[in-house]
Amino acid sequence: MAQLTSARPSSPRRKVRWWRGAVLLLAGVYFVVPLAAAGYFSIDDPKGYSFEAYTGLLSAPGFLDSLWLTLGLAVVTVLVLLLLLVPALIAVRLGSPRLRPVIDVLCTLPLVVPPVALTAGLIGVLRWGPDYLMDTPFFQTFVFIQDPDFPLVLVIAYVLMSLPLAYRALDAGLRAVDLRTLVEAARNCGASWPRAVFTVVLPNLRGALLNASFLTLALVLGEFTAASILGYQPFPVWIYSVGNSQAHMSVAVSILSLLITWLLLLLLATVGRERRHKTTTS
Amino acid sequence: MTTAPTPVPTTPAATVHGGGAGASATAPTPTPARPTRRRPRGGSWLATVPLFLFFLIGFGLPAVAIVIGAFTTSSDAEGGGGQFTLDNIRDSVQGAYWTAMLSSLKLSALTALLATLIGLPIAQAVVTSRQTWLRQAVLTASGVLANFGGLPLAFAFVATLGNAGEVTKLLHLTDHGWSLYSFTGLTIVYLYFLIPLMVLTITPALDGLRVQWREAAHNNRATTVQYWLHVALPILLPSLLGGFVLLFGSAFAAYATAAAMVGATVPLVSRSIADALSGNVLVGQGNLALALSLNMIVVAVLVMAVYLPLQRRSARWLS
Repeated sequence: MAQLTSARPSSPRRKVRWWRGAVLLLAGVYFVVPLAAAGYFSIDDPKGYSFEAYTGLLSAPGFLDSLWLTLGLAVVTVLVLLLLLVPALIAVRLGSPRLRPVIDVLCTLPLVVPPVALTAGLIGVLRWGPDYLMDTPFFQTFVFIQDPDFPLVLVIAYVLMSLPLAYRALDAGLRAVDLRTLVEAARNCGASWPRAVFTVVLPNLRGALLNASFLTLALVLGEFTAASILGYQPFPVWIYSVGNSQAHMSVAVSILSLLITWLLLLLLATVGRERRHKTTTS
Repeated sequence: MTTAPTPVPTTPAATVHGGGAGASATAPTPTPARPTRRRPRGGSWLATVPLFLFFLIGFGLPAVAIVIGAFTTSSDAEGGGGQFTLDNIRDSVQGAYWTAMLSSLKLSALTALLATLIGLPIAQAVVTSRQTWLRQAVLTASGVLANFGGLPLAFAFVATLGNAGEVTKLLHLTDHGWSLYSFTGLTIVYLYFLIPLMVLTITPALDGLRVQWREAAHNNRATTVQYWLHVALPILLPSLLGGFVLLFGSAFAAYATAAAMVGATVPLVSRSIADALSGNVLVGQGNLALALSLNMIVVAVLVMAVYLPLQRRSARWLS
């Protein structure tokens, strides 16, 4: 204490800086070592180094099928999500502000249900449905959404899981633009409703739309819980099944999927920055 | 359908003095902007219908299925399914299932607490540093790592600290009794995505701490410790608690990491639901999974009930 008060101007600051370096160094070690070790593990071989885990990937059974399934699911999920959310949010901003708190609550609610519980509920519905709807056309719907080639039931689960994320992203984007003025200006210039939405509103929301899409994409690419419990095999479930027999390959794929997520987020940051630049310079 | 909301909010003055709906038309304060507004009057809510419908079917039905299922006998039980019963709930809060629940709660609370305590100094180090590149790098990395849950994380750690992991071999950790497939191991793995999440959550709050407050404290002869105890921490407390609760929730809901890593050595409620769903329980207890899910949702609801007010509170201070 005495020391501190006597040499106040310079010493505490230096002390703080030293402490900061130590904290960041320790954190860096903790976060880099597992990644580095995993990278080393994936090429480690009794006879030296081997990149077989990476080269053998394409020919691994089920790799391409599961990858395509995941990408397909991701695209459909993003489309469904945007088609549901964007019109609703625009309408709520323009015409029905009273529905806004309702939508706010609805889009936050899925946060309350852990993915495992949501999956349990879906299975409950899927088991219960056929018992009661055997003789109705709805029965075909149940069969259709469980089609192993393209399980729409997973899309339902993914849309629900990404709803809070996507909603926040779109809501933030909408908050940044004066939607009502934009639309009124477009309408006063004689634009029809669809034209106003497609040529004026949506381009202004480009950043928010991309943001929501990327977040959803990242979520679908990594989602394991629902798919594995429901018994489908998209990419993450495939990685898991490979992990049982070929440890090296599963680690290699894990690293690749981390890199893909990283790229997606970097892309997101770049898109966001570009947009900000444009709005400030124009 | 005909009751499309006509948004003509009568001003308070008009209702008081007109006294009725019919009289409000004669209110002396006509809003000048209103007639020029062009909006899809009455039709705009139609655009929200798909969202509501989807929600009703996709979220409502499973929610109803969970609640009904948790309180009824399963279809393979003797005496047929659908009878009201409290057996599922009772079974879900005793024996192995209760152990799993407690273990989940313990793991989530411990990892959330540790991540809060470790994340705060890291975030503070980033915020007070004058290098913008450092800040950018740490925040971007946090964004990636916070999303790095699930399988890849589990496999990366198995490759590092598992039985044949690189670090395990290098330091001969197994000789010292180390095992990744334990409560401690799981804690270390969970921290890997929880600490970055904390850094992301707490950084805006730390940014909101004004330099002037610190200077004012120092001018009044407060030491750094006193500043933190009496000024900074009280202001940060709602954000810190909110962050803790958020981390708790995400650790509690996690499934994939534990499923891929520890198997059955650490009982967790999310794992026992998955086991019950895949039929690894006694006949006639299929709805037990739904009762367990209900328990999980109750915990998550409590978490959100704490988190949302805290978030609002911290926003008030640090805007």
